[in-house]
Amino acid sequence: MPVYKFIIQFTHHNPKSTYYLNEAHALGFHALRKIHVQDLYFIEGQLSQDNCKQLALKLLTDPVTQSALWMETSTPPSPPQPDTVILEVSLRPGVTDPVAEQIVRAAHELGFDGVQRAATGQRFILNFNEANNESAFANKLAKQLLANPVIQHWTIGDITPSFPQETESSGAVEIIPIRNLSEAELLTLSKDRRSALDLAEMKAIQEYYCKEQRDPTDVEFETIAQTWSEHCGHKTFKAKVDVESSSGNYQIDSIIKTYLKSATDKINAPWVISAFVDNAGIIDFDDEFEVSFKAETHNHPSAIEPFGGANTGVGGVIRDVLGVSAKPIANTDILCFGPQDMNPDTLPEGVLHPRRIQSGVVAGVQDYGNKIGIPTVNGAILYDEGYTANPLVFCGCVGLAPKGKHVRTPLKGDRVIVLGGRTGRDGLRGATFSSMTMDAQTGEVAGASVQIGDPITEKGLIDVITRARDLGLYNAITDCGAGGLSSAAGEMASTIGADIELAQVRLKYAGLAPWEIWLSEAQERMVLAVSSENISALQKLCDTFNTELTDIGEFTGTTRLVVRYKDQIVLDLENEFLHEGIPQRQLRAVISDQLSVSSEQLLASNDLVDVKENLLKLLSSPNIASKSHVIRIYDHEVQGGTVVKPLTGVEADAPSDAAVIKPIGTKRMKGIVLSNGINPEYGKRDAYKMAWSVIDESIRNAVAVGADPDRIAILDNFCWGDPLRPETMGSLVEACRGCHDAALFYGTPFISGKDSLNNEYLGADGQRHAIPPTLLISAIGIIHDVNTAVTMDLKAAGNIVYLLGGLELSSISRQLVPDVHKQTPQIYRALHQAIQNGLVKSCHDLSEGGLAVAAAEMCIGGRLGMELQFEEAVLFIEVNGCLLVEVALENVSEFENQFAELPFNKIGIVTTDQSLKLGNEEISVEELVRAFNTYNL
Amino acid sequence: MKPKALVLQARGSNRDLDVMDALTLAGADPTGVPLNELRMNNTLFRNFNLLVLPGGFSYADALGAGKLLALDLASYFVEEISAFVESGKPVIGICNGFQALVKSGILPGEGTKEERSKKDSSITLTFNQHGHFECRWINLKPVSKKCIWTKDLSERITCPIAHGEGNFQTTELFPISSFIEQDQIALAYINSDGSLANGEYPNNPNGSILDIAGICNPQGNVLGLMPHPENHIHTWQHPRHTRGETGGSGLKLFENGVKYAKQV
Repeated sequence: MPVYKFIIQFTHHNPKSTYYLNEAHALGFHALRKIHVQDLYFIEGQLSQDNCKQLALKLLTDPVTQSALWMETSTPPSPPQPDTVILEVSLRPGVTDPVAEQIVRAAHELGFDGVQRAATGQRFILNFNEANNESAFANKLAKQLLANPVIQHWTIGDITPSFPQETESSGAVEIIPIRNLSEAELLTLSKDRRSALDLAEMKAIQEYYCKEQRDPTDVEFETIAQTWSEHCGHKTFKAKVDVESSSGNYQIDSIIKTYLKSATDKINAPWVISAFVDNAGIIDFDDEFEVSFKAETHNHPSAIEPFGGANTGVGGVIRDVLGVSAKPIANTDILCFGPQDMNPDTLPEGVLHPRRIQSGVVAGVQDYGNKIGIPTVNGAILYDEGYTANPLVFCGCVGLAPKGKHVRTPLKGDRVIVLGGRTGRDGLRGATFSSMTMDAQTGEVAGASVQIGDPITEKGLIDVITRARDLGLYNAITDCGAGGLSSAAGEMASTIGADIELAQVRLKYAGLAPWEIWLSEAQERMVLAVSSENISALQKLCDTFNTELTDIGEFTGTTRLVVRYKDQIVLDLENEFLHEGIPQRQLRAVISDQLSVSSEQLLASNDLVDVKENLLKLLSSPNIASKSHVIRIYDHEVQGGTVVKPLTGVEADAPSDAAVIKPIGTKRMKGIVLSNGINPEYGKRDAYKMAWSVIDESIRNAVAVGADPDRIAILDNFCWGDPLRPETMGSLVEACRGCHDAALFYGTPFISGKDSLNNEYLGADGQRHAIPPTLLISAIGIIHDVNTAVTMDLKAAGNIVYLLGGLELSSISRQLVPDVHKQTPQIYRALHQAIQNGLVKSCHDLSEGGLAVAAAEMCIGGRLGMELQFEEAVLFIEVNGCLLVEVALENVSEFENQFAELPFNKIGIVTTDQSLKLGNEEISVEELVRAFNTYNL
Repeated sequence: MKPKALVLQARGSNRDLDVMDALTLAGADPTGVPLNELRMNNTLFRNFNLLVLPGGFSYADALGAGKLLALDLASYFVEEISAFVESGKPVIGICNGFQALVKSGILPGEGTKEERSKKDSSITLTFNQHGHFECRWINLKPVSKKCIWTKDLSERITCPIAHGEGNFQTTELFPISSFIEQDQIALAYINSDGSLANGEYPNNPNGSILDIAGICNPQGNVLGLMPHPENHIHTWQHPRHTRGETGGSGLKLFENGVKYAKQV
């Protein structure tokens, strides 16, 4: 069958070409003079010249801005031009190519029935300043910028596209002899199958099969490895930990139980509907609705394929919310990267440049969130060298559901129904992959672990599931995440058993072995328990929204999970063993009296020479400077509910403390507040106090825009290094203890959480590169009337500025991580009362860069000046529990009354002249704006 | 009687509920109808007084934003939509809906249906000048006195844009002057002082020629626009509502369309 290659070029300016040229220069490819990007389409089929012309015109080009060339791929290539290299890129076999699928579908819709298969690619025409080994240069450029070997291949000259492989269907099942293995052999088996199981776990499996008097199939072994993986089983958080510290030794039976769940239990807030049980935490919203919230990480996949990793990270957390029968209404994303200006030559082997990781991750978040139509409203970006090889990608999602509609119990006889995307080899062993340390080979070996997202298919799932929920068409639901069907169906069947036929599962392409079908982490799939009489109604919904429904088996009402492939039983496991048989891990934790940063150093950094210079330097530093170039490529307005937007103020270029959402379809003026707290710098110094600080930060941010401090719930996301290292485990224990104590202090319950451990990279030099201990706290609060929401931009000259909270130099400057003032919860309550009474014109919290940066940002927001009276030494000190508040003159006494007995200071006044006056220093608002916008176009 | 509005839900539409909210507030009775239901019963079009193609990412923007939805419109509903347009009933395509109207030739809508099907497009919405998706609030001036959606609107509309392919361009041969003469420029991007943005970023957020944000057909009943007035129908949606600015200026556009729908 002939294959036609279509080259699409821009007759107008192609912004992609400019983008690649800029990025290439930023990565040090200065010999590149010009780069010209073209799209490639390969279409297989019997096509006449006229067919090709019509396809080019009607389908493949925009005739106003593009033109097309086409040829049969057997045509000999034309000789290259001097100083020019043509490089072509296309997807590797098995990588999902949604555009190719659309080409075939649309060609048929146009009547070109001769079209069989399609593939896509890109073509780069590279021009050089000087002729000198261009091919080697082009290959290096391809590797660093133009292509990703994990999902793409490239060639200089004409590429051969890969169409989906047509191979024979395979029922091959391997038996893995385990019963007679020695301890060493068990460990070798674990390693060979990349299962990340330790000796105790391998021995438990061995023991089970001795009892069953047989050996496991590969399907069974892989299922156990997934179910018992750190990712799915949270072994570290459930482990028994022997803690050694200078103040004595003690033992903890599960840090999640002891610290996180117990805090929620002790707080016992009546408005918490579900904590730590479902796919997402759920709180009460109003008479009609409940709100769910979940945050996940997708770190390892984002390290090796930033776009796909972040893309499916967003897709995955949306399905968590769908998994509690809720409609997703807002996304959050918090990202941690290495320094963007890092010298590419100093990167560890196999690691992508932080600049490329950031642009890929941001594009991935954008692509999924924007296309599926969920506003991305809150987030943060942090830079630290520790994230160079291990970027962190936290994706959060909020859902809204009518109360009491989420059902959780499959019934005997219910069908096991898969909705959504088809199953391919994508993401095999993703759960175990994410539980391992990465090395230079990880990208290649784990290539199959990369999933590609398809937000439009997931949008279909939202449409179907929210309607099916309202019609009561299912009895239980869960998402297919890590571990794929094995985890989703396995978990649903854990109390009721199931009998599943893998041959029923719809595949993207043939040839998958049974274990691959069962374990695949192909995206956009949900598993539902549906009674037989509701199947046809559900099928009708699915037809309307172009969503595939597949019946793969039955919930049997037994104690076993049985999986077949055609007539062969490929898995037959006792539920109790699969879900409860994992031995509790025994871990050692050492709590060091640490201090990696000396207090002299800390004080030195606060020892200022020039206030103005320091402030402008801080405002333009990567961690503080405006992220508007990223925020603006996320749609934060879709669904029409964004009351306080991520950027605010006169010119919409100042950073909001938190987002406020009024969900569409809700009747009253109630809203949802979303904020976050994260501080890896504190994580390096003192994990216990870091936890306090980030919990305080998340609550402080939420309260600043108007959230009721007594109606805030939080999520934890721990990203740590290898917990088998006692010091690492020690800091994790301390962070959890901090979480417990701080949650009780504020009365703020945890409703869900997630951990991502082993965020380490083993360099070719044998050095381990671990991330700073990073705890993200995501807060969700309630604001009773969105019309009372407060933004951080200064509103009017003559207004008084107060500093709330205890900012006392003497107590702060000697600490590595600041304490939380004991009256902080009372301050937040008083502030909330003042906001509700309409006394607060603007409010902004003190975070990185302290008082000076907070004041500067408020000036930027309002394009107004401020005059501050202060003790110079406290200007840049970072503290907890402090906010700046703007109050109109006529409200001053009422406001001050709210704060009787609480620490606050009248410290400044809003001025019409466009400058921030800090003592003798005067900095124009224009200078502040320019410094803050360093990284924006 | 409230005019009945058909909101066409394609695979990937995502501002359908937003626009239904706006239509309801504007006094219409909107119904979201999935494209597949319309395919099964294309006489449904006749039951409605107003047609809406909402924003979103139909077919994930594969092969160009709005392109594959335009193909569906041409393959399945060409007669029904032509009849709707020719009857003079109001039609609005927002963002992805606008892209589909342009790529199916319903806009700019010169000549007969047969003439249009033979001719290549002369206008398009291509990639934003800066090469990426962008979400920001902009100001719009209602220009056309012919367009039933924008006529009589004296005040500016403030609302967000959220698109990556909203850069209005024409072929060199296209007589853009006739566009002005025919009063087909419905909405233009302006500066905060009310003057035309004159191609300057960010007030013209995408590089569109003549600061075009929306156009209408020669009869004036079909409006296509990139910005999202449906996301500014409540006061609290205004980005500066905490600074005392009055919000909701997007609603007027829908009220105009609904008012007109009552008369047809």
